Amino acid sequence: MTTVYAIAMIAVAAVCTFATRVAPFLLFNGSKPIPPIIRYLGSTLPPAVIALLVVYCLKNVGWVTGTHGIPELLCIAITALLHIWKHNNLLSIGVGTVLYMVLIQNVFV
Amino acid sequence: MKKAFRPAFTATIPVLCGYLFIGFAFGVMLRDIGFGSIWSFFCSLSIYAGSGQYLLVSLLAAKASLVTVAVMTLLLNCRHIFYGLSFLETFHEMGRRKWYMIFSLTDETYSLLCSVKTPEGIDAGDMRFWIAMLDHSYWILGGVLGTIIGGILPFDTTGIDFAMTSLFTVIFVEQWQSTKCHIPALMGLAAAAVSLAILGPDNFILPAMLAICVMLVAMRGRLAKEVA
Repeated sequence: MTTVYAIAMIAVAAVCTFATRVAPFLLFNGSKPIPPIIRYLGSTLPPAVIALLVVYCLKNVGWVTGTHGIPELLCIAITALLHIWKHNNLLSIGVGTVLYMVLIQNVFV
Repeated sequence: MKKAFRPAFTATIPVLCGYLFIGFAFGVMLRDIGFGSIWSFFCSLSIYAGSGQYLLVSLLAAKASLVTVAVMTLLLNCRHIFYGLSFLETFHEMGRRKWYMIFSLTDETYSLLCSVKTPEGIDAGDMRFWIAMLDHSYWILGGVLGTIIGGILPFDTTGIDFAMTSLFTVIFVEQWQSTKCHIPALMGLAAAAVSLAILGPDNFILPAMLAICVMLVAMRGRLAKEVA
């Protein structure tokens, strides 16, 4: 991959990220009501996309070979349960990640 | 402006810890695919999105097309559209600084701005501006540290990219608990799993996203009542 292409990818990511943040300020200035379809997609699309991204993170897991996705599913479950219990982002992410690192380096090698 | 620094710093300490860790993991991941600290610095400076930058690392590694980068970034961040709605008036009062506030409205800054109380005698706009700038600087610092010292740490960093999975899991739980209707979340899981099984790891994401959008629009009559 060329340097120019990598810079282009970063620029696209930056512009698209800013676009989603600035959109409400450009589209809705308080005088116009928000269209119902936008409201609907705004509340239904995010959970669906995040669910998709959790699957995306697991795309290279070998379910029938190697560790059968056991460390991944275990650490996801622990991250989720910890989050339901304590509601602390750093704690949930930190424990989930460190546990995963320990598991794949020592237990599931 | 100066007076607001101290209370703003105190308010951002939890984000300092979180961003150093998540930013550090980003830096290590970026380093692992061959990019150094200058790349990390400019990514964190210009994109400034935790989940978005993790995603970018995997897209860079896969040499994805610019269209894929654009579509995935837009869909990933579509939840941000609704953050802005809470601050339409607040930011408007901040003059030119409004544009930086909009740019820097991450999940964490959003939740801080929602909950923080400005002490007496301190300008609320100054306080918000400091919070936004401090969070941004922690994020950049974490990422740069990850690329610089990620390779010389006395322990093995294999598996640190699981921070991305954990982050998405946390957002998933938050969204699951904030709504009574779980059909969209389950639909997302199902669409992704089926698409992955049929198309394989390299081509499944855009068809799955398309399927999700089509199904949501098709089921609007039923779902709109439940999510309202």
